[in-house]
Amino acid sequence: MAEKTNGNGELRIGVFVCECGLNIAGSVDCHSVSEFAATLPDVVFSCVNRYTCADPGQQEIKRNIVEHKLNRVVVASCTPRMHEPTFRNCVAEAGLNPYLFEMANIREHCSWVHLYDKQQATEKAKDTVKISVARARHLSSQTELEVPVNRQALVIGGGIAGINAALDMADTGYQVYLVEKEPSIGGIMAQLDKTYPTMDCSI
Amino acid sequence: MMDAGRHPRIKMLTYSEIEEVTGYVGNFKARIRKKAKYVNENECTACGECAKICPVVVPNEFQMGLSTRKAIHIPFPQAVPSAYILDMDNCLGNNPIACGKCDDVCDKKCIDYDMQDEIININVGAVVVATGMDVYDPTALDDYGYTRFENVITSMEFERLICSEGPTQGHFIRPTDHKTPKTIGFIQCVGSRTQDPERGNPYCSNICCMNTVKDSLLLKDHYPDIEVKVFYMDIRAFGKGFEDLFMRSKEAGVMYIRGIPGEIEQDPKSNNLKLMVENTTTRQLEEHDLDMVVLSVGVIPRKDQEVVKKLFSLSSTSDGFLMESHPKLKPVDAPTGGVFFAGCAEFPKDVKDSVTQASAAAARAGTLLSAGKIKIEAITAVVDEEKCKLCGICVRVCPFNAIIFDKATKQPAHVIEASCKGCGTCSAECTFDAITMQHFTDRQMYAQIEAILSDKPMEKIVTFACNWCSYAGADLAGLSRLQFPANARIIRTMCSGRVKDKFVLHAFKLGAPIVLVSGCHFADCHYIDANRWTQKRVWKLWDKLEKMGVRPERLQLEWVSAAEGQKWSKVMKACEELRQQVTEEEVQQTIKTLKQEEEKKSSRAKKQPAPA
Repeated sequence: MAEKTNGNGELRIGVFVCECGLNIAGSVDCHSVSEFAATLPDVVFSCVNRYTCADPGQQEIKRNIVEHKLNRVVVASCTPRMHEPTFRNCVAEAGLNPYLFEMANIREHCSWVHLYDKQQATEKAKDTVKISVARARHLSSQTELEVPVNRQALVIGGGIAGINAALDMADTGYQVYLVEKEPSIGGIMAQLDKTYPTMDCSI
Repeated sequence: MMDAGRHPRIKMLTYSEIEEVTGYVGNFKARIRKKAKYVNENECTACGECAKICPVVVPNEFQMGLSTRKAIHIPFPQAVPSAYILDMDNCLGNNPIACGKCDDVCDKKCIDYDMQDEIININVGAVVVATGMDVYDPTALDDYGYTRFENVITSMEFERLICSEGPTQGHFIRPTDHKTPKTIGFIQCVGSRTQDPERGNPYCSNICCMNTVKDSLLLKDHYPDIEVKVFYMDIRAFGKGFEDLFMRSKEAGVMYIRGIPGEIEQDPKSNNLKLMVENTTTRQLEEHDLDMVVLSVGVIPRKDQEVVKKLFSLSSTSDGFLMESHPKLKPVDAPTGGVFFAGCAEFPKDVKDSVTQASAAAARAGTLLSAGKIKIEAITAVVDEEKCKLCGICVRVCPFNAIIFDKATKQPAHVIEASCKGCGTCSAECTFDAITMQHFTDRQMYAQIEAILSDKPMEKIVTFACNWCSYAGADLAGLSRLQFPANARIIRTMCSGRVKDKFVLHAFKLGAPIVLVSGCHFADCHYIDANRWTQKRVWKLWDKLEKMGVRPERLQLEWVSAAEGQKWSKVMKACEELRQQVTEEEVQQTIKTLKQEEEKKSSRAKKQPAPA
């Protein structure tokens, strides 16, 4: 989809604070984080979601991108190692370049490691959002390079796992190289007499 | 095995090792050394005439050393490829005076004493790592006497002794007198589930309980009168059909005694064994007289695992097995794009689970291969040609040779986008700020540092964490619900190599009491060795800080892997302790010193004439 709201002019940042059920809301006051976010420079919208990654949460992001003409989106939820791709796709569907999205990790790095100190955890969550908003103000659109994929596979190890992986991929239609260190494939499985639970021969 | 051997789309390379891998997801290049077998495996019909005449006798590894083989041999009867191999370490050679007998009898002239290793280069899009496991060696457990008593064997040796293709054609005998034992004991959890590092590993090896249940049934099946006793702490029969098999074993008369034996003694005359155990069900100390004992040994990571770890920048979890991308959501994906796990390389598995994971890995690799193309994250470096002063440092530090620069032509440095992996080391090392790391720009980083320190800076620990290891280690600390002080504020970079000295100094200038730079351990760096530059840079910074009268301890450098949630928690606590020792005056002094330094520098720059 073409980028509709990605102008170079005025910054319009939206902040979505996720409760993740009680995973975050249990030790972080998400509403106060959202209120704090609204006071940050260039933030024009902020709200709290029960589960931002779920469909209603994603719909809310998309709706608000259009409604508030957001051109930067910050989601304060879990680690970007988990849901950054999810939200990048989400903002892209609403016409925003995925690189204009930024994530604030207030779960793994905050609510879960400061379970018993809501005040400190909330302060840290606010700061984390502030850091992400500061970064978001300087984000710019990026174009990803697309490279071809070589349609051959390499399997390292010719035991029961390697043999089966190689067979499955070869049956799917890919050329497979099966590399085994020993002179024969078979691995440890070949040394077993019978295998449980069916008590049949291993080879 | 046979199916894999004859599949038209599987090219099997046995007796081969991967020496080098370059490239990235979708486009790997691998160099494979196919070692010389000295027998043409395509021509060999496995007639076996060569082995008959071969005079060299050595222990047979496949039979766990319980029988012998010749120097020229087939690994085992059903080997794939079905071909002989000449073990050159033991061969007497082809000098007619010395030997050369196998060559004389080989009708098809398959034997080539001068065969050379072959180097094969391949290009692939996806890689499945199925390097398997090793078996725990119980030599260290001297109280069980594995090395002292011949009638104490391991479960792997048991497999060979009960197998019809084994050294005794499946007649189960004990080593000392070649008689079938009347009483046999199995000891469970050998090398597993122990907190004593000298007695094995803390994890459960997953397969040993059911393997013993199976072995007990095989014995009862072959020799109904044999007395089988299993000494265990828990029988873990959790899988489909497992409990049934366990019950069958009990019904067949196998005795299950809850208690791990303390010691085994041998009667020197009969070679019979006496085993002492505390039966925890009856709370009695018991002695059991047995003809033979099988140590149900656990599974350990492959000893040569470091090789594959290095080839693909993989890490291990605390148990030593290869670490997956996510323990629940991406259990077959390696953290390195385009690499997937199957079987025991990731964790001990039985046959069924290995096959299941193999199919999963094949499907995951298939999703990548079927797409035919892949988008590379737009995190690459760009050189500002006007700022480039042709010093060439970026070329020197780039771990991927992704920067081109020729001093002779005086053209500014240029980044090859497809080769750049985005570690940001070039950008951090460039003295002239001429390299922009896209999506991790200097401007963005400064903005983050400023946001951290704009309010109550004395309470904050400015923390840089690399995406692949330290940041993930911090994530694991969260997943494990480890609790530590809430003072750190994390800035994520792709690699610790991205952390420019100016970022650290900027943080100190804005009043940071402590700055922490954290990255992958050296062997784990996802950008080959970019973190070596991090280390050098931090060393230089320590010198610089010391000269300026700033305590170098205020800049911390830590290597934390993705599996080290515990370590992250410790580092957080240690940094917080350090932070509490930093005084307001100290910070103010640092700010003052850094500002003076800056002024000196800028006045020097003004005095210097502009380059011609």
